[in-house]
Amino acid sequence: MNDLTPPPPALGCRSAPILKQRGQREVFCGLTGIIWLHRKIQDAFFLVVGSRTCAHLLQSAAGVMIFAEPRFGTAILEESDLAGLNDAHKELDREVARLLARRPDIRQLFLVGSCPSEVIKLDLSRAAERLTQQFAPKVRVLEYSGSGIETTFTQGEDACLASMVPVLPQTDARELLVVGALPDVVEDQMLSLLADMGIGPVRVLPARNIDAEMGIGPNTVFALTQPFLGDTHAALERRGARYIQAPFPLGEEGTTAWLSAVAAEFGVDAETFERVTAAPRRRARQAVAQAAETLQGKTVFFFPDSQLEIPLARFLARECGMTPLEVGSPYIHDALHGPDLDLLPSGPQISEGQDVDLQLDRCRAARPDLTVCGLGLANPLEAEGLSTKWAIELVFTPVHFYEQAGDLASLFARPLRRKGILEAKT
Amino acid sequence: MKLTVWTYEGPPHVGAMRVATGMKGLHYVLHAPQGDTYADLLFTMIERRNHRPPVTYTTFQARDLGSDTAGLFKASCQDAYDRFQPEAIIVGASCTAELIQDDPGGLAETMGLPIPVIALELPSYQRKENFGADETFLQIVRHLAKPMEKTKRVSCNIIGPTALGFRHRDDVQEITNLLYELGIEVNVTAPMGSTPSEIAKMGQAHFNVLLYPETAEQAARYCERTFDQPYTKTVPIGVGATNDFIAEVRALSGSTAEISTDRLRQTWWNQSVDSTYLTGKRVFIFGDGTHVKAAARVARDEMGFEVAGIGCYNREFARDIRAVAKEYGIEALITDDYLEVERTIEALQPEMILGTQMERHIGKRLGIPCAVISAPVHVQDFPARYSPQMGFEGANVLFDTWVHPLVMGLEEHLLHMFRDDFEFHDDAGASHHGGHSPKPMQVPDKTPKPVLEDVSVAAKPVDDGNIVWLSSAEKELKKIPFFVRGKARRNTETYAAEKGLGEISLDTLYEAKAHYAR
Repeated sequence: MNDLTPPPPALGCRSAPILKQRGQREVFCGLTGIIWLHRKIQDAFFLVVGSRTCAHLLQSAAGVMIFAEPRFGTAILEESDLAGLNDAHKELDREVARLLARRPDIRQLFLVGSCPSEVIKLDLSRAAERLTQQFAPKVRVLEYSGSGIETTFTQGEDACLASMVPVLPQTDARELLVVGALPDVVEDQMLSLLADMGIGPVRVLPARNIDAEMGIGPNTVFALTQPFLGDTHAALERRGARYIQAPFPLGEEGTTAWLSAVAAEFGVDAETFERVTAAPRRRARQAVAQAAETLQGKTVFFFPDSQLEIPLARFLARECGMTPLEVGSPYIHDALHGPDLDLLPSGPQISEGQDVDLQLDRCRAARPDLTVCGLGLANPLEAEGLSTKWAIELVFTPVHFYEQAGDLASLFARPLRRKGILEAKT
Repeated sequence: MKLTVWTYEGPPHVGAMRVATGMKGLHYVLHAPQGDTYADLLFTMIERRNHRPPVTYTTFQARDLGSDTAGLFKASCQDAYDRFQPEAIIVGASCTAELIQDDPGGLAETMGLPIPVIALELPSYQRKENFGADETFLQIVRHLAKPMEKTKRVSCNIIGPTALGFRHRDDVQEITNLLYELGIEVNVTAPMGSTPSEIAKMGQAHFNVLLYPETAEQAARYCERTFDQPYTKTVPIGVGATNDFIAEVRALSGSTAEISTDRLRQTWWNQSVDSTYLTGKRVFIFGDGTHVKAAARVARDEMGFEVAGIGCYNREFARDIRAVAKEYGIEALITDDYLEVERTIEALQPEMILGTQMERHIGKRLGIPCAVISAPVHVQDFPARYSPQMGFEGANVLFDTWVHPLVMGLEEHLLHMFRDDFEFHDDAGASHHGGHSPKPMQVPDKTPKPVLEDVSVAAKPVDDGNIVWLSSAEKELKKIPFFVRGKARRNTETYAAEKGLGEISLDTLYEAKAHYAR
């Protein structure tokens, strides 16, 4: 780290008391992850075994923006499926056979469990095993749960990636595995930074298709690019891989810290690190500084959404001069979120879980300059005079690593700038 | 089990939410797992509502299933009452809660809340959104409305509008004004805009105006039986239907007041010579039963289109739509399978689609212009401006909306005349659409048809149905403007198949054109 980076705060948030509440949660379920995963993994199809509600959720969350036939669908359970589980398995086999006949391009099929399939105890692992045998070697069938009774929003990606870990081949090679779905352009930037430092071979999970070479074993080290991959983290450790703990690569500081942890693991010398990162760091700082003019000195309140809240609060506090008042996260995982909590200056209320009505009361009382919340709350809060940033945009927009640091800051600055423009004219 | 890609209707509890969110002073306690709160965004984002839907979700998790989900429901119900102080509560289960059989209705009744508690039974694995709205409104009316003395002056209720409805906000205003001109007072408009205490007074009205049979037909029938209130059967979309509606209202009310048609421009706009190019345009109509039925009449009788196909996604209206199709001499497509609708449109190759937001996507893919006439709709179908579908102003709006996606009269001719002009070519699309041209038509499930070099061999019949386009014919086809190219391709292939030709040459193309000339 060079001298432009402020030192870590004397007192971070890692040991701050966490407010835990339960009640109504205004968050998506894990099925929502399918919206980006089906674009990322280009030979995969996601078949939700669920209800009309599941299909409607996917459609509403995706905003029906995808014109072509998407690579996901819902096998909607009907009255007759609820009566007999054997019949439900037969029905599922029939639908899968029909689907794979129509889509010969599909090489990986994910059966995705939902609230209703969990409640009726429809065993999708049995179904996945049976279907894998039937369609091997052409198609691999895996299963995971994206149900709301087990997962929130981004935990769906976690469950999906965790389901792929046990089927990765064994290897003793010393390799770096980078875990977390990133937009292709960001992934390419990251790979080129690592390559320039001489780090390799680098594997990425999820890969863009099933043919990507990837193994795992005791010599694998892995880094996470997303803070919501707790189960995948555990599954990888079970396979003997070792986790490189670091803050998440959001903002200039986060990216540098993340890269430097990986570089240290691979013995990259300081000179090389400086040579590779100097230019993008400078660009990132410059870009963040522009947006930070709007954000400087403003307060921010996070409703729980994607588990990105803690790293984002760290970025806004340390690089954009904002003051977080409350940082809510659906779940807090010390091994993953610890390094970011260390850097987040003490002060904000850290909260886990949600009782949305009580949290709204706190938010109204705090009157933050910016509220980061889900789509269900944004317009109602705007109507009450609060500026909001939809949290979902942070998941659907390229925000990781150096070249996106400025875009990330702008996402938060835009609602404030807009409010300024509209107020100036009226 | 049924594989679904996109759905036309949500689950029935979303229908109940549309009723609750349209109303004031009513709260919905929904037994549902985490994640079902996604439905809030339909109202706050798509419809741009500035308040949260009045819904409390119990948000049970896996760990609750073994313990006390019923206790969780009761606690949520009590919290909702304490916090929101509604005049009445509706309670129900989403699809997952239906499986755990906690009986929210029974639980809520034992709580002794000092307000009416209305239990909803909405079978999630059999029925859909429209049923959910219709059933919820019926239950609310049954529980709250009481027989009453009729108002002295002739009055009516307007029933059917809900939150998230396609143009419900503006239809209500247009029809309220029309009724006012007829000298009829509106007693209650419900569910949208009403409170439980207003619903209690519905019995005072002399009759009901049923705007949307999808969401209020059961309630209309109930009121007819219980309060002796007849209801209107015509949905006033289009000039003809609006006139029929006025006649119906006159018969029910005895009103003889004059109605001014000064604002009605659609009739003259259709008569004016610029509209000649609309004549015989083949349209495919798909959506909910009520809007499709109305659109078919407007399309044929007021716009002069040819209705090439119709269909609806709500099976409850299958009989009505089949009857309309029979009258028009076409087949009705009754399905909620998006892919089947797409296949039908691809086969029919209409010049225009009147549909829902799904058909708008199909139209984009196939390069066929589309205007939206029915739910489900997206954020752009909730315009800031006044834009009803009903009444005389609604008829004006229909004309504008349906004509807008088309390439206009003279421009159409110019495109035919100067096909290769570098900036005025057909790929540029209609000039008032900012140079956007639809994507070329692609048929992903079929392999592309091979194009052979022109060789002078005699066309020979083939029996595998695989017709080959010679390159000169293929090139000529590309010169045909995009909005008729699909039809030209289909007609030529049909013609070649009928003649038993294996190849399509330039001559075949023009012979087919002559054959199909109309």
